Amino acid sequence: MNGVFYLSAVVAILATMMVVTRLNAVHALLYLIVSFFSVALIFFTLGAPFVAALEIIVYAGAIMVLFVFVIMMLNLGPSSKEQESVWLKPNAWIGPSLLAGILILELIYLMVLTGGPTTSPTVEITPKQVGIALFGPYAIGVELASMLLLAGLVGAYHLGARRPRGLSSRTGDKS
Amino acid sequence: MGEPIRSIIILIAVLVGVLAIAAGLIWLERRMLGLWQDRYGPNRAGPFGSLQVAADMIKIFTKEDWIPPFADKPVFVIAPAIIVVTTLLSFAIIPFAPGIEIVNLNIGLLFFLAMSSLSVYSVALAGWASDNKYSLLGGLRAAAQMLGYEVFMGLSLVGVVMLAGSFSLREIVEAQRKVWFVIPQFLGFVIFLIAGLAETRRIPFDLPEAENELVAGYHTEYSGMKFGMFFVGEYIGVTLISALIATLFFGGWLGPLLPPLLWMMIKTFFFICGFILVRASLPRLRYDQLLSFGWKLMLPLSLLNIVVTGAIILAAS
Repeated sequence: MNGVFYLSAVVAILATMMVVTRLNAVHALLYLIVSFFSVALIFFTLGAPFVAALEIIVYAGAIMVLFVFVIMMLNLGPSSKEQESVWLKPNAWIGPSLLAGILILELIYLMVLTGGPTTSPTVEITPKQVGIALFGPYAIGVELASMLLLAGLVGAYHLGARRPRGLSSRTGDKS
Repeated sequence: MGEPIRSIIILIAVLVGVLAIAAGLIWLERRMLGLWQDRYGPNRAGPFGSLQVAADMIKIFTKEDWIPPFADKPVFVIAPAIIVVTTLLSFAIIPFAPGIEIVNLNIGLLFFLAMSSLSVYSVALAGWASDNKYSLLGGLRAAAQMLGYEVFMGLSLVGVVMLAGSFSLREIVEAQRKVWFVIPQFLGFVIFLIAGLAETRRIPFDLPEAENELVAGYHTEYSGMKFGMFFVGEYIGVTLISALIATLFFGGWLGPLLPPLLWMMIKTFFFICGFILVRASLPRLRYDQLLSFGWKLMLPLSLLNIVVTGAIILAAS
Protein backbone atom coordinates (compact mmCIF):
# COMPACT_ATOMS: atom_id res chain seq x y z
CA MET A 1 0.00 0.00 0.00
CA ASN A 2 2.96 2.34 0.58
CA GLY A 3 3.73 2.50 -3.12
CA VAL A 4 0.12 3.40 -3.93
CA PHE A 5 0.22 6.10 -1.27
CA TYR A 6 3.37 7.77 -2.62
CA LEU A 7 2.21 7.47 -6.22
CA SER A 8 -1.13 9.13 -5.50
CA ALA A 9 0.59 11.76 -3.38
CA VAL A 10 2.84 12.67 -6.31
CA VAL A 11 -0.18 12.80 -8.64
CA ALA A 12 -2.00 15.02 -6.15
CA ILE A 13 0.88 17.49 -5.99
CA LEU A 14 1.43 17.57 -9.76
CA ALA A 15 -2.30 17.98 -10.46
CA THR A 16 -2.63 20.77 -7.91
CA MET A 17 0.34 22.60 -9.43
CA MET A 18 -1.33 22.34 -12.80
CA VAL A 19 -4.50 23.83 -11.27
CA VAL A 20 -2.58 26.93 -10.27
CA THR A 21 -0.68 27.38 -13.51
CA ARG A 22 -3.43 26.66 -16.10
CA LEU A 23 -4.72 29.71 -17.93
CA ASN A 24 -7.95 28.05 -19.04
CA ALA A 25 -10.42 27.91 -16.11
CA VAL A 26 -12.07 24.66 -17.18
CA HIS A 27 -8.72 22.90 -17.62
CA ALA A 28 -7.70 24.08 -14.15
CA LEU A 29 -10.93 22.66 -12.71
CA LEU A 30 -10.33 19.32 -14.43
CA TYR A 31 -6.89 19.10 -12.83
CA LEU A 32 -8.47 19.94 -9.50
CA ILE A 33 -10.83 16.98 -9.96
CA VAL A 34 -7.83 14.71 -10.65
CA SER A 35 -6.28 16.07 -7.47
CA PHE A 36 -9.45 15.11 -5.56
CA PHE A 37 -9.23 11.60 -6.99
CA SER A 38 -5.70 11.16 -5.74
CA VAL A 39 -6.63 12.53 -2.31
CA ALA A 40 -9.51 10.02 -2.24
CA LEU A 41 -7.05 7.25 -3.06
CA ILE A 42 -4.79 8.43 -0.23
CA PHE A 43 -7.72 8.21 2.20
CA PHE A 44 -8.43 4.72 0.89
CA THR A 45 -4.88 3.52 1.45
CA LEU A 46 -4.93 5.02 4.95
CA GLY A 47 -7.91 2.78 5.81
CA ALA A 48 -10.78 5.24 5.43
CA PRO A 49 -12.86 3.96 2.48
CA PHE A 50 -15.97 5.85 3.59
CA VAL A 51 -14.19 9.20 3.54
CA ALA A 52 -12.66 8.28 0.16
CA ALA A 53 -16.11 7.62 -1.30
CA LEU A 54 -17.51 10.85 0.15
CA GLU A 55 -14.55 12.81 -1.20
CA ILE A 56 -15.52 11.71 -4.70
CA ILE A 57 -19.30 11.93 -4.31
CA VAL A 58 -19.37 15.32 -2.58
CA TYR A 59 -16.28 17.18 -3.81
CA ALA A 60 -15.52 15.71 -7.23
CA GLY A 61 -19.09 14.73 -8.08
CA ALA A 62 -21.23 17.56 -6.76
CA ILE A 63 -19.30 20.69 -5.82
CA MET A 64 -16.97 20.64 -8.80
CA VAL A 65 -19.88 19.99 -11.16
CA LEU A 66 -21.41 23.22 -9.87
CA PHE A 67 -18.11 25.02 -10.53
CA VAL A 68 -17.96 23.66 -14.06
CA PHE A 69 -21.62 24.62 -14.48
CA VAL A 70 -20.95 28.23 -13.48
CA ILE A 71 -17.86 28.53 -15.69
CA MET A 72 -19.81 27.09 -18.60
CA MET A 73 -22.45 29.78 -18.08
CA LEU A 74 -19.82 32.53 -18.00
CA ASN A 75 -18.58 31.40 -21.42
CA LEU A 76 -15.06 32.74 -20.99
CA GLY A 77 -13.45 33.42 -24.35
CA PRO A 78 -9.82 33.78 -25.40
CA SER A 79 -9.75 37.25 -23.83
CA SER A 80 -9.93 35.78 -20.34
CA LYS A 81 -6.91 33.63 -21.20
CA GLU A 82 -4.90 36.74 -22.06
CA GLN A 83 -6.09 38.35 -18.85
CA GLU A 84 -4.91 35.32 -16.89
CA SER A 85 -1.50 35.31 -18.55
CA VAL A 86 -1.11 38.98 -17.63
CA TRP A 87 -1.96 38.21 -14.02
CA LEU A 88 0.30 35.16 -13.80
CA LYS A 89 3.56 37.10 -14.18
CA PRO A 90 6.72 35.81 -12.46
CA ASN A 91 6.43 38.68 -9.94
CA ALA A 92 3.11 37.34 -8.72
CA TRP A 93 4.79 34.11 -7.59
CA ILE A 94 7.20 35.71 -5.11
CA GLY A 95 4.81 36.38 -2.21
CA PRO A 96 2.93 33.06 -2.22
CA SER A 97 6.12 31.00 -2.72
CA LEU A 98 7.75 32.79 0.20
CA LEU A 99 4.83 32.02 2.52
CA ALA A 100 4.53 28.42 1.31
CA GLY A 101 8.30 28.00 1.67
CA ILE A 102 8.14 29.02 5.32
CA LEU A 103 5.43 26.42 5.92
CA ILE A 104 7.48 23.71 4.18
CA LEU A 105 10.51 24.59 6.31
CA GLU A 106 8.36 24.32 9.43
CA LEU A 107 7.10 20.95 8.27
CA ILE A 108 10.61 19.64 7.60
CA TYR A 109 11.76 20.96 10.98
CA LEU A 110 8.92 19.17 12.74
CA MET A 111 9.62 15.95 10.81
CA VAL A 112 13.28 16.07 11.79
CA LEU A 113 12.35 16.85 15.38
CA THR A 114 9.91 13.93 15.73
CA GLY A 115 12.05 11.55 13.69
CA GLY A 116 9.86 11.32 10.61
CA PRO A 117 6.38 9.93 10.24
CA THR A 118 5.73 6.75 12.15
CA THR A 119 4.29 4.00 10.01
CA SER A 120 1.64 2.44 12.16
CA PRO A 121 -0.33 -0.47 10.69
CA THR A 122 -3.44 0.90 9.01
CA VAL A 123 -6.72 0.02 10.65
CA GLU A 124 -9.69 0.09 8.33
CA ILE A 125 -12.62 2.14 9.58
CA THR A 126 -15.88 0.74 8.26
CA PRO A 127 -18.83 2.99 7.30
CA LYS A 128 -20.72 1.66 10.31
CA GLN A 129 -18.04 2.90 12.72
CA VAL A 130 -18.11 6.33 11.06
CA GLY A 131 -21.89 6.45 11.51
CA ILE A 132 -21.71 5.41 15.15
CA ALA A 133 -19.08 8.09 15.82
CA LEU A 134 -21.02 10.78 13.95
CA PHE A 135 -24.33 10.18 15.70
CA GLY A 136 -22.77 9.27 19.05
CA PRO A 137 -20.08 11.58 20.46
CA TYR A 138 -20.24 14.03 17.54
CA ALA A 139 -24.04 14.39 17.34
CA ILE A 140 -23.84 18.08 18.28
CA GLY A 141 -21.39 18.77 15.47
CA VAL A 142 -23.69 17.07 12.97
CA GLU A 143 -26.65 19.09 14.23
CA LEU A 144 -24.72 22.36 14.04
CA ALA A 145 -23.61 21.59 10.49
CA SER A 146 -27.21 20.83 9.50
CA MET A 147 -28.33 24.16 11.01
CA LEU A 148 -25.72 25.93 8.93
CA LEU A 149 -26.89 24.15 5.79
CA LEU A 150 -30.49 25.03 6.61
CA ALA A 151 -29.52 28.69 6.85
CA GLY A 152 -27.89 28.41 3.43
CA LEU A 153 -31.01 26.74 2.06
CA VAL A 154 -33.32 29.44 3.41
CA GLY A 155 -31.03 32.12 2.00
CA ALA A 156 -31.00 30.47 -1.41
CA TYR A 157 -34.78 30.21 -1.33
CA HIS A 158 -35.09 33.88 -0.47
CA LEU A 159 -32.82 34.87 -3.35
CA GLY A 160 -34.51 32.56 -5.82
CA ALA A 161 -38.14 33.06 -4.77
CA ARG A 162 -40.42 34.52 -7.39
CA ARG A 163 -41.92 37.80 -6.26
CA PRO A 164 -45.40 38.95 -7.32
CA ARG A 165 -45.47 41.33 -10.26
CA GLY A 166 -45.12 45.02 -9.61
CA LEU A 167 -42.73 44.53 -6.75
CA SER A 168 -39.15 45.19 -7.66
CA SER A 169 -37.09 42.02 -7.59
CA ARG A 170 -33.83 43.86 -7.09
CA THR A 171 -33.03 46.00 -4.11
CA GLY A 172 -30.82 48.12 -6.35
CA ASP A 173 -33.86 49.52 -8.22
CA LYS A 174 -35.22 51.30 -5.15
CA SER A 175 -32.15 53.39 -4.42
CA MET B 1 -6.17 -21.86 -9.92
CA GLY B 2 -4.63 -18.95 -8.03
CA GLU B 3 -6.73 -16.12 -6.65
CA PRO B 4 -5.24 -13.37 -8.90
CA ILE B 5 -5.75 -15.43 -12.07
CA ARG B 6 -9.34 -16.09 -11.07
CA SER B 7 -9.98 -12.37 -10.50
CA ILE B 8 -8.44 -11.47 -13.85
CA ILE B 9 -10.58 -14.07 -15.64
CA ILE B 10 -13.73 -12.72 -13.93
CA LEU B 11 -12.70 -9.17 -14.78
CA ILE B 12 -12.22 -9.95 -18.47
CA ALA B 13 -15.43 -11.99 -18.59
CA VAL B 14 -17.43 -9.13 -17.05
CA LEU B 15 -15.86 -6.56 -19.37
CA VAL B 16 -16.50 -8.61 -22.51
CA GLY B 17 -19.96 -9.64 -21.31
CA VAL B 18 -21.08 -6.11 -20.52
CA LEU B 19 -19.77 -4.70 -23.80
CA ALA B 20 -21.43 -7.53 -25.74
CA ILE B 21 -24.74 -6.94 -23.95
CA ALA B 22 -24.49 -3.18 -24.57
CA ALA B 23 -23.84 -3.76 -28.27
CA GLY B 24 -26.64 -6.31 -28.47
CA LEU B 25 -29.01 -3.85 -26.86
CA ILE B 26 -28.70 -1.54 -29.86
CA TRP B 27 -30.33 -4.26 -31.96
CA LEU B 28 -32.71 -5.40 -29.21
CA GLU B 29 -33.98 -1.90 -28.56
CA ARG B 30 -34.67 -1.17 -32.21
CA ARG B 31 -36.47 -4.49 -32.70
CA MET B 32 -38.54 -4.02 -29.54
CA LEU B 33 -39.41 -0.45 -30.47
CA GLY B 34 -40.47 -1.77 -33.86
CA LEU B 35 -42.65 -4.40 -32.23
CA TRP B 36 -44.33 -1.98 -29.82
CA GLN B 37 -44.80 0.76 -32.38
CA ASP B 38 -46.23 -1.63 -34.97
CA ARG B 39 -43.39 -1.53 -37.52
CA TYR B 40 -40.50 -3.80 -38.49
CA GLY B 41 -37.30 -2.31 -37.16
CA PRO B 42 -33.96 -3.53 -38.59
CA ASN B 43 -34.59 -6.90 -40.28
CA ARG B 44 -32.22 -7.02 -43.27
CA ALA B 45 -28.73 -7.85 -41.98
CA GLY B 46 -28.59 -11.50 -40.89
CA PRO B 47 -31.39 -13.56 -39.34
CA PHE B 48 -33.98 -11.20 -37.78
CA GLY B 49 -31.57 -8.36 -38.43
CA SER B 50 -29.27 -9.59 -35.69
CA LEU B 51 -26.15 -8.66 -37.66
CA GLN B 52 -27.32 -5.04 -37.65
CA VAL B 53 -24.92 -4.41 -34.76
CA ALA B 54 -21.96 -5.61 -36.84
CA ALA B 55 -23.06 -3.41 -39.73
CA ASP B 56 -23.41 -0.40 -37.40
CA MET B 57 -19.98 -1.08 -35.91
CA ILE B 58 -18.29 -1.23 -39.32
CA LYS B 59 -20.00 1.98 -40.30
CA ILE B 60 -19.16 3.88 -37.12
CA PHE B 61 -15.50 2.78 -37.10
CA THR B 62 -14.90 3.77 -40.71
CA LYS B 63 -16.62 7.15 -40.50
CA GLU B 64 -14.50 10.27 -40.52
CA ASP B 65 -13.60 11.18 -36.96
CA TRP B 66 -13.79 14.92 -37.14
CA ILE B 67 -12.84 17.41 -34.43
CA PRO B 68 -14.19 20.89 -35.10
CA PRO B 69 -11.38 23.48 -35.32
CA PHE B 70 -13.15 25.73 -32.79
CA ALA B 71 -13.47 22.96 -30.18
CA ASP B 72 -11.32 22.63 -27.07
CA LYS B 73 -9.42 19.59 -28.37
CA PRO B 74 -8.21 17.76 -25.22
CA VAL B 75 -11.52 18.12 -23.38
CA PHE B 76 -13.47 17.26 -26.54
CA VAL B 77 -11.55 13.97 -26.82
CA ILE B 78 -11.69 13.04 -23.12
CA ALA B 79 -15.42 13.70 -22.64
CA PRO B 80 -16.84 10.64 -24.46
CA ALA B 81 -14.35 8.36 -22.74
CA ILE B 82 -15.47 9.47 -19.27
CA ILE B 83 -18.99 8.09 -19.57
CA VAL B 84 -17.80 4.67 -20.79
CA VAL B 85 -15.10 4.43 -18.12
CA THR B 86 -17.31 5.46 -15.20
CA THR B 87 -20.22 3.19 -16.14
CA LEU B 88 -17.92 0.23 -16.80
CA LEU B 89 -16.13 0.79 -13.47
CA SER B 90 -19.46 0.58 -11.65
CA PHE B 91 -19.81 -3.05 -12.74
CA ALA B 92 -16.84 -3.86 -10.49
CA ILE B 93 -19.08 -3.97 -7.42
CA ILE B 94 -22.02 -5.95 -8.81
CA PRO B 95 -22.20 -9.55 -7.59
CA PHE B 96 -23.45 -11.59 -10.55
CA ALA B 97 -23.52 -14.85 -8.59
CA PRO B 98 -21.89 -16.11 -5.37
CA GLY B 99 -18.16 -15.77 -6.02
CA ILE B 100 -18.58 -14.09 -9.40
CA GLU B 101 -17.81 -10.47 -8.70
CA ILE B 102 -14.76 -8.34 -9.27
CA VAL B 103 -14.47 -6.80 -5.82
CA ASN B 104 -16.55 -6.93 -2.65
CA LEU B 105 -16.12 -3.40 -1.30
CA ASN B 106 -17.68 -2.51 2.03
CA ILE B 107 -18.58 0.83 0.43
CA GLY B 108 -19.93 -0.84 -2.73
CA LEU B 109 -23.08 1.23 -3.08
CA LEU B 110 -21.19 4.46 -2.43
CA PHE B 111 -18.73 3.48 -5.15
CA PHE B 112 -21.60 3.22 -7.60
CA LEU B 113 -22.95 6.63 -6.53
CA ALA B 114 -19.48 8.15 -6.90
CA MET B 115 -19.11 6.77 -10.41
CA SER B 116 -22.57 7.89 -11.45
CA SER B 117 -21.89 11.38 -10.13
CA LEU B 118 -18.68 11.50 -12.18
CA SER B 119 -20.48 10.54 -15.39
CA VAL B 120 -22.08 14.01 -15.34
CA TYR B 121 -18.75 15.42 -16.46
CA SER B 122 -18.86 13.48 -19.69
CA VAL B 123 -22.00 15.21 -20.90
CA ALA B 124 -21.34 18.62 -19.38
CA LEU B 125 -17.79 18.80 -20.73
CA ALA B 126 -18.82 17.50 -24.14
CA GLY B 127 -21.33 20.33 -24.33
CA TRP B 128 -18.79 22.91 -23.24
CA ALA B 129 -15.86 21.69 -25.35
CA SER B 130 -17.92 21.63 -28.57
CA ASP B 131 -18.20 25.43 -28.40
CA ASN B 132 -21.63 25.28 -29.98
CA LYS B 133 -24.79 26.93 -28.63
CA TYR B 134 -26.94 23.82 -28.84
CA SER B 135 -24.24 21.64 -27.33
CA LEU B 136 -23.73 24.08 -24.48
CA LEU B 137 -27.47 24.19 -23.76
CA GLY B 138 -27.54 20.39 -23.79
CA GLY B 139 -24.57 20.24 -21.45
CA LEU B 140 -26.13 22.74 -19.05
CA ARG B 141 -29.40 20.83 -19.01
CA ALA B 142 -27.58 17.58 -18.39
CA ALA B 143 -25.58 19.04 -15.50
CA ALA B 144 -28.67 20.49 -13.79
CA GLN B 145 -30.74 17.36 -14.39
CA MET B 146 -28.15 14.87 -13.22
CA LEU B 147 -27.19 16.92 -10.15
CA GLY B 148 -30.83 17.09 -9.12
CA TYR B 149 -31.68 13.46 -9.75
CA GLU B 150 -28.51 12.16 -8.18
CA VAL B 151 -29.51 13.59 -4.81
CA PHE B 152 -32.61 11.48 -4.41
CA MET B 153 -31.07 8.52 -6.21
CA GLY B 154 -28.71 8.28 -3.27
CA LEU B 155 -31.49 8.96 -0.77
CA SER B 156 -33.76 6.29 -2.29
CA LEU B 157 -31.11 3.67 -1.57
CA VAL B 158 -30.78 4.60 2.12
CA GLY B 159 -33.82 2.44 2.96
CA VAL B 160 -32.18 -0.62 1.37
CA VAL B 161 -28.94 0.07 3.23
CA MET B 162 -30.82 0.42 6.52
CA LEU B 163 -32.63 -2.90 6.02
CA ALA B 164 -29.48 -4.77 4.97
CA GLY B 165 -27.19 -2.97 7.43
CA SER B 166 -24.40 -2.73 4.86
CA PHE B 167 -23.22 -0.92 1.75
CA SER B 168 -21.77 -4.15 0.37
CA LEU B 169 -23.90 -5.45 -2.48
CA ARG B 170 -23.16 -9.07 -1.61
CA GLU B 171 -24.55 -8.58 1.87
CA ILE B 172 -27.54 -6.69 0.49
CA VAL B 173 -28.39 -9.72 -1.69
CA GLU B 174 -27.85 -12.11 1.23
CA ALA B 175 -30.22 -10.00 3.34
CA GLN B 176 -33.00 -10.64 0.80
CA ARG B 177 -33.18 -14.39 1.38
CA LYS B 178 -36.47 -14.03 3.26
CA VAL B 179 -38.17 -11.31 1.24
CA TRP B 180 -37.08 -9.19 -1.72
CA PHE B 181 -36.54 -5.55 -0.80
CA VAL B 182 -39.04 -4.43 -3.43
CA ILE B 183 -41.83 -5.26 -0.97
CA PRO B 184 -40.69 -3.32 2.12
CA GLN B 185 -39.01 -0.65 -0.06
CA PHE B 186 -41.54 -0.24 -2.86
CA LEU B 187 -41.36 3.56 -2.74
CA GLY B 188 -37.57 3.39 -2.77
CA PHE B 189 -37.73 1.11 -5.82
CA VAL B 190 -40.01 3.47 -7.76
CA ILE B 191 -37.83 6.49 -6.90
CA PHE B 192 -34.65 4.65 -7.87
CA LEU B 193 -36.23 3.55 -11.14
CA ILE B 194 -37.14 7.14 -12.05
CA ALA B 195 -33.73 8.45 -10.97
CA GLY B 196 -32.10 5.68 -13.00
CA LEU B 197 -34.04 6.74 -16.08
CA ALA B 198 -32.88 10.31 -15.54
CA GLU B 199 -29.26 9.29 -14.91
CA THR B 200 -29.10 7.41 -18.19
CA ARG B 201 -30.77 10.38 -19.92
CA ARG B 202 -33.39 8.33 -21.69
CA ILE B 203 -36.90 9.29 -22.69
CA PRO B 204 -38.81 10.82 -20.89
CA PHE B 205 -35.72 12.46 -19.39
CA ASP B 206 -33.60 12.94 -22.52
CA LEU B 207 -33.82 16.72 -22.45
CA PRO B 208 -30.03 17.16 -22.88
CA GLU B 209 -30.32 15.76 -26.40
CA ALA B 210 -33.86 16.84 -27.27
CA GLU B 211 -33.53 16.76 -31.05
CA ASN B 212 -36.58 18.91 -31.78
CA GLU B 213 -35.08 21.91 -30.01
CA LEU B 214 -31.33 21.31 -29.61
CA VAL B 215 -30.32 19.45 -32.83
CA ALA B 216 -28.67 16.63 -30.87
CA GLY B 217 -27.76 18.44 -27.67
CA TYR B 218 -24.37 17.78 -26.16
CA HIS B 219 -23.18 15.43 -28.92
CA THR B 220 -24.11 17.65 -31.87
CA GLU B 221 -20.47 18.09 -32.90
CA TYR B 222 -19.44 14.50 -32.35
CA SER B 223 -18.95 11.99 -35.13
CA GLY B 224 -17.50 8.54 -35.71
CA MET B 225 -16.49 6.48 -32.72
CA LYS B 226 -16.56 9.46 -30.35
CA PHE B 227 -20.31 9.65 -30.92
CA GLY B 228 -20.32 5.86 -30.67
CA MET B 229 -18.89 6.11 -27.16
CA PHE B 230 -21.84 8.24 -26.00
CA PHE B 231 -24.16 5.80 -27.71
CA VAL B 232 -22.61 2.69 -26.17
CA GLY B 233 -22.19 4.52 -22.85
CA GLU B 234 -25.96 5.01 -22.72
CA TYR B 235 -26.58 1.29 -23.22
CA ILE B 236 -23.96 0.31 -20.66
CA GLY B 237 -25.75 2.70 -18.31
CA VAL B 238 -29.09 1.01 -18.98
CA THR B 239 -27.54 -2.40 -18.31
CA LEU B 240 -25.93 -1.08 -15.12
CA ILE B 241 -29.14 0.43 -13.71
CA SER B 242 -31.09 -2.74 -14.58
CA ALA B 243 -28.48 -4.95 -12.91
CA LEU B 244 -28.55 -2.68 -9.85
CA ILE B 245 -32.35 -2.75 -9.62
CA ALA B 246 -32.21 -6.55 -9.83
CA THR B 247 -29.50 -6.69 -7.13
CA LEU B 248 -30.89 -4.12 -4.73
CA PHE B 249 -34.62 -4.75 -4.92
CA PHE B 250 -35.21 -8.14 -6.56
CA GLY B 251 -32.82 -10.44 -4.74
CA GLY B 252 -29.98 -10.45 -7.27
CA TRP B 253 -28.89 -14.03 -7.98
CA LEU B 254 -31.43 -15.54 -5.53
CA GLY B 255 -34.10 -17.76 -7.07
CA PRO B 256 -35.28 -21.35 -7.17
CA LEU B 257 -34.17 -24.15 -9.57
CA LEU B 258 -32.13 -22.20 -12.12
CA PRO B 259 -28.41 -21.44 -11.51
CA PRO B 260 -27.73 -18.07 -9.78
CA LEU B 261 -26.02 -16.46 -12.77
CA LEU B 262 -29.03 -17.21 -14.98
CA TRP B 263 -31.43 -15.69 -12.43
CA MET B 264 -29.34 -12.52 -12.38
CA MET B 265 -29.39 -12.36 -16.20
CA ILE B 266 -33.15 -12.95 -16.39
CA LYS B 267 -33.88 -10.21 -13.86
CA THR B 268 -31.50 -7.76 -15.52
CA PHE B 269 -32.98 -8.38 -18.97
CA PHE B 270 -36.48 -7.94 -17.59
CA PHE B 271 -35.63 -4.42 -16.46
CA ILE B 272 -33.74 -3.62 -19.65
CA CYS B 273 -36.91 -4.46 -21.58
CA GLY B 274 -38.82 -2.27 -19.11
CA PHE B 275 -36.51 0.62 -19.97
CA ILE B 276 -37.16 0.07 -23.68
CA LEU B 277 -40.91 -0.13 -23.13
CA VAL B 278 -40.78 3.21 -21.28
CA ARG B 279 -38.99 4.72 -24.26
CA ALA B 280 -41.54 3.26 -26.65
CA SER B 281 -44.54 4.67 -24.81
CA LEU B 282 -43.76 7.94 -23.04
CA PRO B 283 -43.32 11.45 -24.47
CA ARG B 284 -40.53 13.80 -23.44
CA LEU B 285 -41.10 16.09 -20.46
CA ARG B 286 -40.71 19.85 -20.54
CA TYR B 287 -37.51 21.03 -18.90
CA ASP B 288 -39.06 22.99 -16.01
CA GLN B 289 -41.44 20.08 -15.37
CA LEU B 290 -38.47 17.76 -15.14
CA LEU B 291 -36.65 19.88 -12.57
CA SER B 292 -39.67 20.74 -10.41
CA PHE B 293 -40.75 17.07 -10.51
CA GLY B 294 -37.36 16.09 -9.18
CA TRP B 295 -36.91 18.69 -6.48
CA LYS B 296 -40.51 19.21 -5.35
CA LEU B 297 -41.93 15.70 -5.52
CA MET B 298 -39.24 13.03 -5.61
CA LEU B 299 -36.90 14.58 -3.04
CA PRO B 300 -39.55 14.96 -0.29
CA LEU B 301 -40.87 11.47 -1.09
CA SER B 302 -37.44 9.90 -0.73
CA LEU B 303 -36.89 11.73 2.58
CA LEU B 304 -40.28 10.49 3.77
CA ASN B 305 -39.27 6.96 2.77
CA ILE B 306 -36.15 7.22 4.93
CA VAL B 307 -38.06 8.53 7.96
CA VAL B 308 -40.78 5.87 7.75
CA THR B 309 -38.30 3.03 7.17
CA GLY B 310 -36.17 4.23 10.07
CA ALA B 311 -39.19 4.47 12.37
CA ILE B 312 -40.32 0.94 11.47
CA ILE B 313 -36.85 -0.52 12.00
CA LEU B 314 -36.62 1.28 15.34
CA ALA B 315 -40.05 0.05 16.42
CA ALA B 316 -39.27 -3.54 15.37
CA SER B 317 -35.96 -3.77 17.19
